[in-house]
Amino acid sequence: MANTMARSFLQAVSSSEEVAPPLRVVQMEGLAVLKIIKHCNEFSPALVTGQLLGLDVGSVLEVTNCFPFPIREEDEEIEADGANYQLEMMRCLREVNVDNNTIGWYQSTLLGSFQTVELIETFMNYQENIRRCVCIIYDPSRSSQGALALKALKLTDSFMDLHRKNNFTGEKLREKKLSWVDIFEEIPIKISNPALISAFMTELEPESPVAQCDYDRLKLSTAPYMERNLEFLIDCMEDLSSEQNKFQYYYRSLSRQQAQQQAWLQKRRVENMARKAAGEEPLPEEDPSNSIFKPIPEPSHLDSYLITNQISNYCNQINGVAGQNFSRLYIMKALHEN
Amino acid sequence: MAVLQFFPPSSPIVSARLHPVVLFNICDCYVRRPDQADRVIGTLLGSVSDGVVEIKNSYAVPHNESADQVALDVEYHRNMYLSHLKVNPKEVLVGWFSTGFGVSGGSSLIHDFYVKELKDSVKDLKDAQNSVPPLHLTVDTGFRNGEASIKAYVSVNLSLGDRPLAAQFQEIPLDLRMIEAERVGFDILKTTVVDKLPNDLEGMEASMERLYALIDDIYKYVDDAVEGRAALDNDIGRFLADALASVPKISPAAFDKVFNDKIQDNLALVYLSSLIRAQLGIAEKLNTAAQIL
Repeated sequence: MANTMARSFLQAVSSSEEVAPPLRVVQMEGLAVLKIIKHCNEFSPALVTGQLLGLDVGSVLEVTNCFPFPIREEDEEIEADGANYQLEMMRCLREVNVDNNTIGWYQSTLLGSFQTVELIETFMNYQENIRRCVCIIYDPSRSSQGALALKALKLTDSFMDLHRKNNFTGEKLREKKLSWVDIFEEIPIKISNPALISAFMTELEPESPVAQCDYDRLKLSTAPYMERNLEFLIDCMEDLSSEQNKFQYYYRSLSRQQAQQQAWLQKRRVENMARKAAGEEPLPEEDPSNSIFKPIPEPSHLDSYLITNQISNYCNQINGVAGQNFSRLYIMKALHEN
Repeated sequence: MAVLQFFPPSSPIVSARLHPVVLFNICDCYVRRPDQADRVIGTLLGSVSDGVVEIKNSYAVPHNESADQVALDVEYHRNMYLSHLKVNPKEVLVGWFSTGFGVSGGSSLIHDFYVKELKDSVKDLKDAQNSVPPLHLTVDTGFRNGEASIKAYVSVNLSLGDRPLAAQFQEIPLDLRMIEAERVGFDILKTTVVDKLPNDLEGMEASMERLYALIDDIYKYVDDAVEGRAALDNDIGRFLADALASVPKISPAAFDKVFNDKIQDNLALVYLSSLIRAQLGIAEKLNTAAQIL
């Protein structure tokens, strides 16, 4: 009796595991947040990466710890070293009861220019081994403005399917209704702290109501940050326009090729009519060896989508900082009048 | 006649500064400790400059403790140390930590071990100036006195004539100012669960509210002082006068011009970014439009 009940319970559990609930929230521990911030700030402006460790629970991905990767020189032999370092760290952390489960990686970025092909490739690599993985992006330059610039990213499923087939033609994209916003999916971050830390922090909180983050936020000189943002934006716009030129060239050559094909077909038909009149075999209407029938490859849309993502990111950042600037200027005005 | 002698360390440590990451790590290790262990022991990494030790990183080391002996996993400590050095070669061994209140008997043995480790690691790094003795940090996770006591100690060798007598752990001042934690925001790190990270404007709003509260407080204090209700303090008065004097004196016309210029710059930027977004929409439509054959 107990056996049958146990078996049905196991069956129920195993069948419910087939359907993985969609990832809704990434829950990070304060420890992981501080470690990421420390590592990225230390090495800024160089870009650094590290590994995230934690648990995958239902629709929440918990990040409980992380460790940084050493900066890899452009050297072939250090590939094995990197893997050894990772194994060593995971083994050592296992001994002190830290969750030994890799659930993603983090990387620092410069002004939000992280949407690159390498990111997508790393995602695909991770996705093969781990069922659910996430990438945390930290922006030290934006955090110096006073906002905590942490983002959790994931590739959307539809994009991953398309990437596996390596097919980015216009038709496929229109079919799936995939536009540039659908590549990355941003997941909200929740932060949790164990009670012990909460007790310590409450004790150690300084008396004054104004903290360092307020000083950062109320700073008036945001010009260097805005300037760099605009510089990157201009570069991206140039890239985007060159991509568009590529597409225009493709369309033009495609239509030219089709005109050539039509002309050739007409000529063949006329020839065939003449031959029929003369009683000879008609020639075939297609000629695959002729170069005007070779299909021109369509340029991939992936790059332009990534660039579009970057541009929209820069625009958002500019909007954010401009909004903050307005508030600060009005405070200054009120202060001056008094 | 035998004289009790103090041997001061080769280069004196004046104080220590603790980064919040270390505290978080120690607490996390304590929460995850194996069931039979009473306390957690680990290594501290950081850097030394001008007699101030900055403790920047830490990791726990598995150990076995019984009534009369202490065993530390040396291999583990060395492996982790090498791994950490690969990431950041500037973070060197500066001491060790243990949870629990006060310094216990077993601690001196562990401290001797770390003194030896520090000498070994200094030989590796060939850093002759860095001959600072290791630091011992205790973090009281039991809140024994009803408060969080985090203390740092330096060991000083007491000797009677030529015979070494004991090692005394002297407390040194510890700076717990946690500026990095302030940057992140204490309300995020203090509560057990934070549902959403504040974005730009919400953070701005919070800062402005705090500024407003500060100004209110000052106003109330000045009012009270003028009416004689609060004690007059010359220092505070001078601070306030300095703060008010630091507002730059610009004529109203010049200020208006600067103000309007800045507002127009910002508006231009917002307009530019909206224009670019419209452009992106059009570009996408053009690129994936159906071809007219």
